[in-house]
Amino acid sequence: MAVREGGEQAGVLMGAAPAPAAEALTAPRTAPRGRLAGLAGSGLVILLIALAVAALADVIAPRGYDDQDLAFALQPPVWAGGTWSNPLGTDPLGRDVLSRIVYGARTSLLLALGSVLIAAAIGVTLGLVSGWAGGRVDAAIMSAVEAQLSLPYLLFAIAFMALLGSSFTNLVIVLVLRSWVVYAQLVRVSVLSMKTREFVTVAVALGARGSRILFRHVAPNVIASALVVSSFQLAELIIVESSLGFLGLGVQPPTPSWGSMLSQGREYLGSAWWLVTFPGLAIILTVLGANLFGDALRDALDPRLRTRARPPRGLFRRTPKETP
Amino acid sequence: MAREILRRVLRAVAALLVVTAVVFTLLHVSGDPAYILLTPEASPEDRAAFRAEYGLDRPVWVQYGRYLGRLAQGDFGQSLSFRMPAAAVALERLPATLELTLAAMVLAVLVSVPAAVLAAMRRGTLFDRVLMGFTLIGQTVPTFWLGMVMILVLAVRFHLFPASGRGGVLHLVMPATALALWLTALLARVTRSEMIEALEQDYVRTARAKGLTERGIAARHALKNALLPIITVMGLQFGGLLGGAVMTETVFAWPGVGTLILDAILKKDFPVVLAGVIIVAMGFIVVNLLLDLLYTVLDPRLRRA
Repeated sequence: MAVREGGEQAGVLMGAAPAPAAEALTAPRTAPRGRLAGLAGSGLVILLIALAVAALADVIAPRGYDDQDLAFALQPPVWAGGTWSNPLGTDPLGRDVLSRIVYGARTSLLLALGSVLIAAAIGVTLGLVSGWAGGRVDAAIMSAVEAQLSLPYLLFAIAFMALLGSSFTNLVIVLVLRSWVVYAQLVRVSVLSMKTREFVTVAVALGARGSRILFRHVAPNVIASALVVSSFQLAELIIVESSLGFLGLGVQPPTPSWGSMLSQGREYLGSAWWLVTFPGLAIILTVLGANLFGDALRDALDPRLRTRARPPRGLFRRTPKETP
Repeated sequence: MAREILRRVLRAVAALLVVTAVVFTLLHVSGDPAYILLTPEASPEDRAAFRAEYGLDRPVWVQYGRYLGRLAQGDFGQSLSFRMPAAAVALERLPATLELTLAAMVLAVLVSVPAAVLAAMRRGTLFDRVLMGFTLIGQTVPTFWLGMVMILVLAVRFHLFPASGRGGVLHLVMPATALALWLTALLARVTRSEMIEALEQDYVRTARAKGLTERGIAARHALKNALLPIITVMGLQFGGLLGGAVMTETVFAWPGVGTLILDAILKKDFPVVLAGVIIVAMGFIVVNLLLDLLYTVLDPRLRRA
């Protein structure tokens, strides 16, 4: 345990903390507060709209995602000389871009959201166990985390998808692999800091079993930070999925996903700008929504979360002055 | 301190082993090159001979062990499609990737740090808010999409820069900018928050009481202390930068290791994929190690550890 302590401290100082999450959790204090609160609401609104579009794709989309009509191939958007029957233009097979974006929302969000949930379940559990059990179990779980973080993720994801095939299952595996470490590390650090808290000591003194303390007392205190991380991970996984789709390693045709639409649009970059522009905007809007919502959640759960999630920087760390 | 350094070096070596093992496993499960690379008419004897030539008939762990042994001697095997050493193929592409990544990194630091310091000093002003808005957008836009839009607007529409390939500085502008945006946004955000925290410290009040100018305080006292977290973030995000480089290379047909790996995967050229991934991962591990060491040097409190 003593060895672990040292390693743990150095790990935090050296920034072995989950990269995007730690940064994201650090950042909120930067944004001007009142403004952010306004933006936060819009984050939720954007996310809800995206989810609604995904859920109601069959109702919203003017056409099917694979309705081809070669006579109307590569029609520009309505304001650039196209017609209202294809407001955002058509692709080389005459398919309606708007409809494909709507159905793409379903694919992209389902994949990202599903993977985030699976990753959270795995990561939170392992993080709780790792932080609570300590010793060999902790060492084993943390070396798995470190091993994974020693790989440049996207490169690994590309190799994985290319070599094992672009199936839906493989895609989920790759996405889950991206996120579980973030949860595991975050939760572990939280548990470690909570182990020394009074309410845990009291519970131990009262003779509660380890598992009871863990799930009754520790876990609820960790859920908040896990929620915030989920929002940022959702954004991250949407981007990862679209990156893989762009490389042709994601969802396979004819199922539309925003990434695969971009991949196809790339071939017509010079002649049909709308093929690349609109799916990209869909990605950006959704990711922006998830990021803003994450910011908002974190601010709402302040300041406990902020101080806990932020790795202590040194011996002379100040306690934050401003409390909302 | 020596112990700490040794520990970190050992960790880097362990990381390399993990990388080689993972990639080797992935490659092994993915398919038999004797079927992929030889023509369909090849006889079973031909395939057997091919497997024997490349040692593919041995058990996996023997192949991996022998592979590691050869790696240690700097031998990454023969490329199956280029008929030359895989290491040579990958190393040939390395300068292009380094050029792109470094350009993006330098660009990101040069833009983000001064801007963020200024924003931290002028909190709440229009400049500050515009910068924050930019960081929000910058962290949202996917690198490869930005690259395509840049090609669309700057190359196709206005003919300002070449759309693809590697050449002079003009070729570098668009890929480097596309790759740098996300890092710039991230660094600006971190730098600003660290600067704001640093500027609230007691030693800054003391410096102010001594009559130092705000600029002097920011540069000499606050920034120095904000530097460590900034370096940490850069280290943490280096892997992301490499991933972004692969995407950027693809968009701009930049002849780097990233495009090489993607091509090699399609051609099932195992040794080149391995060489490429290992070389990139090595860069990743070495940079992280260097940053760790730099951190130890920069933070006196860690030297005793």
